[in-house]
Amino acid sequence: MRNKWISGPYLVWMALFIIIPLFLTGYYAFTDTDGAFTMAGFSRAFEPMYLSVLLNSIRIAAISTAICLLLGYPVAYILSRPEFAGKSTLFFLFAVPMWMNYLLRTYSWMSILETNGILNSLLAFLRLPKIDILYTDSAVILGMVYNFLPFMILPIHTALAKIDYSLVESAQDLGANPVTVFKRVVLPLSVPGVVSGITMVFMPAVTTFIIPSLLGGGQYMLIGNLIENQFLTAYDWNFGAALSLILMAVIILSMMIVLRVDKDNEGGTLI
Amino acid sequence: MKKIFFVLLCVFVAITSSFLSACGKNKEELIFYNWQDYIDPDVVDMFTEETGISVIIEPFDTNESMYIKVKNTGGYDVILPSDYMVQRMVNDGLLEKLDMSKIPNYSHIDDNFKNLYFDPANEYFVPYMWGTVGILYDSTRVYEPIDSWEALWDERYEGEIFMYNSVRDAMTAPLKMLGYSVNTLDAGELDEAAALLIEQKPLVKAYLGEPVKDKMIGGEGIMAVMYSGDAQFCQFENENLVYTIPKEGSNIFVDGLVIPKTAPNKENAMKFIDFLCRPEIAALNSEYLGYSTANRSALELIDPELMENPIFWATDEEIARCEFFEDLGDFRDDFDRVWSEVLIGN
Amino acid sequence: MKVLKRAYLAVILIFLYAPIVVLIVFSFNEAKSRGVWGGFSLKWYGELFKDRQIIQALYNTLLIAAISAVTATAIGTAAALGINAMRRTPRKVILNLSNIPVMNPDIVTGVSLMLLFLFIVGLIGKGNLGFGTLLMSHITFNIPYVTLSVLPKVRQLDPAIYEAAQDLGAKPFTSFWRVVFPQLLPGIVTGMIFAFTLSLDDFVISFFTTGPGVSNLSIIIYSSAAKRGINPEINALSTFMFVVVLLLLFLINRRDARELKKNKKKEIRT
Repeated sequence: MRNKWISGPYLVWMALFIIIPLFLTGYYAFTDTDGAFTMAGFSRAFEPMYLSVLLNSIRIAAISTAICLLLGYPVAYILSRPEFAGKSTLFFLFAVPMWMNYLLRTYSWMSILETNGILNSLLAFLRLPKIDILYTDSAVILGMVYNFLPFMILPIHTALAKIDYSLVESAQDLGANPVTVFKRVVLPLSVPGVVSGITMVFMPAVTTFIIPSLLGGGQYMLIGNLIENQFLTAYDWNFGAALSLILMAVIILSMMIVLRVDKDNEGGTLI
Repeated sequence: MKKIFFVLLCVFVAITSSFLSACGKNKEELIFYNWQDYIDPDVVDMFTEETGISVIIEPFDTNESMYIKVKNTGGYDVILPSDYMVQRMVNDGLLEKLDMSKIPNYSHIDDNFKNLYFDPANEYFVPYMWGTVGILYDSTRVYEPIDSWEALWDERYEGEIFMYNSVRDAMTAPLKMLGYSVNTLDAGELDEAAALLIEQKPLVKAYLGEPVKDKMIGGEGIMAVMYSGDAQFCQFENENLVYTIPKEGSNIFVDGLVIPKTAPNKENAMKFIDFLCRPEIAALNSEYLGYSTANRSALELIDPELMENPIFWATDEEIARCEFFEDLGDFRDDFDRVWSEVLIGN
Repeated sequence: MKVLKRAYLAVILIFLYAPIVVLIVFSFNEAKSRGVWGGFSLKWYGELFKDRQIIQALYNTLLIAAISAVTATAIGTAAALGINAMRRTPRKVILNLSNIPVMNPDIVTGVSLMLLFLFIVGLIGKGNLGFGTLLMSHITFNIPYVTLSVLPKVRQLDPAIYEAAQDLGAKPFTSFWRVVFPQLLPGIVTGMIFAFTLSLDDFVISFFTTGPGVSNLSIIIYSSAAKRGINPEINALSTFMFVVVLLLLFLINRRDARELKKNKKKEIRT
């Protein structure tokens, strides 16, 4: 029972498949094609052109995260209210879409958003003007919001569901109006959920290469596309590895900021 | 507890059965690394039926991505690269010399596609299909018939233009428009071409690969840079689409079958290549794909109506304006770099 | 107000389900092309079971999900027990290391594993990327999720119970199996289901770590759907899988509800 050695296989496995690969990536990042030490990959990554890709990725991911929060918080809030709380099926409905392959769901948006697609046929039928957003920033953001919204709803809902409703009631009894109750009681108590929601949306959004490559039409290169491109098309693995390390640093940095906000996280939670 | 044992038992059975099926895999197999949708599935079935060799098709989307895979992992038996990439693969020693005695149907190949610059002694490469790069446009929605690359820079078509998302094909239009070679090794010329592409960017709807066919058929855009065979395929589906090889000149390519040195099933690979060189098979394939076959004997078997279609069979005068891609050596990196600039630049 | 709330939920649900409905509808479309409705047909469901490539990919996907989930559960559960037994500092270090694969962007994990596998293949001069490397990658990204879902249950364990069992004469294995394990079971099951799902849905890591001739469903979808329009057979398959998963989830949910009731009754009785 008190045998720490049974974690042996785990430690060996992680060393082999996590630590060594990261060192290999590091090796590629700091060498050139002949294996000589160089920082060229990093200095290239900070050229204005490539830096703009990183900043653009962060910008688009941030916008998507903000929209997810705006759309998701009310959903989580409504679902956690007493009149809905008993209805687990309703809550279940928000998790179900994740059970269909996300590539397919994203791809399906393409047939909806096309110039002659489903949405525009519908709009034409209603005699409304066309919307032509496929292959723009908006389509990429829509794809991200669509894919990651459940990741925002679930943790916020968990946090809100934990709130002891008698707290809300006593606040009301003490004469607080609904806005005050929300601002002073509900909102502060839901912060841990909001924080983990933000991380769970922002991290995949900043690194995805599928969503921009399907909905962005090639011209919206985000950092994920750039890395994929270096490994699979341009054949510059050293630069690709350097970009990977930079991306990792960005993620770890933002995690550290988030963990600082969310102090009661003891370095190992799920969702 | 019983339930857990049951689950574990199931998993154990699943694992062992998977190992068993792996052991039972002495059956003949062949991995064909091919472009997406670049062979008639019926042809593959016929081959399997005749020889008992099952063919696994693995798709790639650009010559460049194919090269990286082949260079780093073995396991592919037959590959279908284009001319300039064959040159690079031969130079890098990735390809196996073919045993022509096992490919008797090679005799049906058109002499025009033998002894090409990248394989002067016909040792590595069996030609499959050839074609050109041009503009496919919707004839009902253009202001006048298109005969020049300049149409891709025409502001009246803003948001209705699709470009091809691979570096060499994308650079063809601006280089030819400027009157340069598609194989330029001059950094100045390359920069000029890249500047044109950046200038064009606001007019472009998307940079796509294969999906552009679907888009053009569905009327999602007015014009697209496209390979002639794909253009033919689009025209089968949508009669309004017209293909043109711009007057400034363009790229002509020939794709063919090669065997990498790392191929595990070389005998099967030769059989497969020989099978694809049979005139009746080549004709079937060509009609299905819309690409022009490099098999001379197959031409007599192809629907004459198709042969008269200018997309399917380019005229000598058109071919004379086109040039083959050549491998760029170290200058490849410069192409990649300016192409990234084009895609990233806002 | 209540109407407003319901309307809001409905709008969000429509947003979430719109693409799924589109997929399902098109899986019954007689015509091959998107956007064109050729009449209702089950043709693609029939074609699906004849398509060797898709069936093979489905088989690979399920097999890898099953093996990787079980293996990851075994390794991850043992790890959780071991980590709990450690002193504070090594425990913190290892927990932080466990977070790396969870936090690491998929693309970085995929690329670094690819570099590792190519390095090993180059080193020993034989072997190739394929089913094996795919499986190892899936086990790798699954393990931390299992560990992290078992760990809280391990923390809740009361060591006195285990010792009591031994005092009563049970051998260490028996006392573990009969006393400790049942208490960990909920965490283990959650972890295993989570691992299985992650493996089913993974594209990015699989994309980088697979080899010639070996695909899972995501890879097939990416190469066929993403390249020439949604392949109706794939729509049919996803619809089919979606329905199966829905049924499974429904059954699990119902069972949970029933158990909850049973437990409540027990509580009342005691």
